[in-house]
Amino acid sequence: MAARKFKLFRNLNAKIAAIPMVLTTMVVFVGGTLWTVLYSFTNSKLLPKMHFVGFDQYTRLWANDSWNAAIHNLLIFGTLSMIFTISMGFLLAVLMDQKIRFEDTFRTIMLYPFALSFIVTGLVWQWILNPEMGIQEVVRRMGFSTFNFDPLHSPDTVLYGLLIAGLWQGTGFTMCLMLAGLRGIDDDIWKAVRVDGIPKWKTYLFVILPMMRPVFITVLVLAAAGTIKLYDLVVAQTSGGPGNASQVPAMYVYRYMFSAQNLAQGFAASTMMLLSVLVVLIPWAYLEFGGKRNG
Amino acid sequence: MKNVKFLSALLLTAALPMAAYATDLEVTHWWTSGGEANAVAELAKAFDASGDHWVDGAIAGGGDTARPVMIARITGGDPMGATQFNHGQQAMELVQAGLMLDLTDVAEANHWKDVINPPSLLEGCTIDGKVYCAPLNIHSPEWLWINNKIYEDIGIPVPQNWNEFVASAPQVEAAGKIPLALGRQPWQSNLAFGAITVGVGGLDLWKKVNIDKDMDAAAGPDMLKVFQAVVDARKLAAKSTVQDWNQATNMVITGEAAAQIMGDWAQGEFAVAGKVAGKDYTCLPGMGLNAYLTTGGDAFYFPKLKDADKEAAQKRLAALLVSPEVQVAFNLKKGSLPIRGDVNLDAANDCMKKGLEILKSGNIMPAGDQLWSPDVQTQLGEMQGEFWSTEMTAEDAQARYVEILKSGM
Repeated sequence: MAARKFKLFRNLNAKIAAIPMVLTTMVVFVGGTLWTVLYSFTNSKLLPKMHFVGFDQYTRLWANDSWNAAIHNLLIFGTLSMIFTISMGFLLAVLMDQKIRFEDTFRTIMLYPFALSFIVTGLVWQWILNPEMGIQEVVRRMGFSTFNFDPLHSPDTVLYGLLIAGLWQGTGFTMCLMLAGLRGIDDDIWKAVRVDGIPKWKTYLFVILPMMRPVFITVLVLAAAGTIKLYDLVVAQTSGGPGNASQVPAMYVYRYMFSAQNLAQGFAASTMMLLSVLVVLIPWAYLEFGGKRNG
Repeated sequence: MKNVKFLSALLLTAALPMAAYATDLEVTHWWTSGGEANAVAELAKAFDASGDHWVDGAIAGGGDTARPVMIARITGGDPMGATQFNHGQQAMELVQAGLMLDLTDVAEANHWKDVINPPSLLEGCTIDGKVYCAPLNIHSPEWLWINNKIYEDIGIPVPQNWNEFVASAPQVEAAGKIPLALGRQPWQSNLAFGAITVGVGGLDLWKKVNIDKDMDAAAGPDMLKVFQAVVDARKLAAKSTVQDWNQATNMVITGEAAAQIMGDWAQGEFAVAGKVAGKDYTCLPGMGLNAYLTTGGDAFYFPKLKDADKEAAQKRLAALLVSPEVQVAFNLKKGSLPIRGDVNLDAANDCMKKGLEILKSGNIMPAGDQLWSPDVQTQLGEMQGEFWSTEMTAEDAQARYVEILKSGM
């Protein structure tokens, strides 16, 4: 008993200093989350009201075409964005790792887009992809008068327009993470494969790649979380259109909580988003932290 | 030098409270396009001239962006002096929660009951027998705006109704113009649908669906015709890719597109561009087919404030907004109709006069905002936005339309 008490008072100053942050986390994050989940079972409209209606909001949510379109878009965007950020990020990192000249300069250039907010990225790419003043117009003025490139105004291609902007913004950051991973590989490994005479591309693919598993998992989780919370890029670039072709769940949440004055419907949607984040994060946390403790 | 600066600063701070006899009221609204901003300036001028001070709080991005900001400020304990809403259900819960100032005494002192026409506008402000907002103008969305020059260039007469316009569309397209301009925001698709409902479907059908909430009518063959008309219309708008309504109006003004379905507020844009009604452009209320207009509009609500001086200023502003002088000055600039029948609008242009006539003849109906909740309106917007931009069939669209209306009953 005495020993436990002693443990509680150890590092007392640090613990007292942490109290405000702990309280903020408990009240603002955990409390706010629980409150949202609780009210998603009510029929609150503009103002929160405690009138429970069971799972009605969730039934309605999953019957709504715009929500289903949003989920569909998210899956496509998320899968493609993960494949491309990881492959392009790794490729760029490998190229950067060839002891090239001006590496710092290149790294800075590649990382610059990451310093821009999604709103700016979205607007810039909306302009670049605009047929009247963007790429299409430039190519047409060079003489190819039948050139067509207008991804944002067709429901079939709008997601790729968003993807281009998202990749342009995020790949540099992925590259830096991968590069750090590459630099963390012990030099002795390189010496060993050189002695064995294994070609460079084989080394990267079969030796280095498996050794970089933690980096890959981190990149994967970052990309997944970034996709689920995707909002500002879409708002700036397409505002969900044409039709529902580029709707994303976060836009649905915002629309129902505020424009439609239907808080509970928005809460139900955001609870579903929280669930999907947890589906991504829990296995990752288990792999990262749980696995080590057991092993 | 330093002393002089210090002294003048001291003087300034001492002088400020003396100048602020007049009460400052912050007024939030979403009138940011050229024509709208001119109209708001009239309100500010009148309020400043009456001895108080109008602090402008314009929120860009349209009502769907602005309303959440306004509601968040009111419920979050940082209320403004006055704020714009559309009549009807948008602010109802705020009133019921006791967050809005009761204006009944102002309404009685100024005989609002007798002067405000149509009376449905005041009814939209009245909850449990008390008046909570000051109606400012009447807006009707069922207008077709046509650029005359395009038709002169082609050499065919300017269409006088929606059917003629659809018939003329192939020739317009052949001339390399976009027949119909449409901004790609959901509410604009919803607005165009409403206008086509009144124009093609007629008033009886509209009333059955929206007032009597007769779902059999909504699912019936007459309504299907409306949806088929939209299928035709969306082909005409396929090349219109702009987002905001005023960009779409600008396409008509510059002759890039032949026509736009938009509310009477489009008139302000034509006026700012120096175009003359009847000469440069044609306006067809009720799409030229059924000369009926819905009478929605803007109203000002006054959140409850703790400061008694401010409350008095709020009531002064409420009375001012309904006064004849302000009604004339504001509505001429805005292109909307005044909320009282006893004002002189000789200065009104061709289009406004058409609207005034319809108003006088009593061919009016309440607006969607008064009949359906924002929840239903949002779902309709989502659905119409998709319907106008994809290959969805008329039958599918109608089935979803009925489902959405049922969710709001």
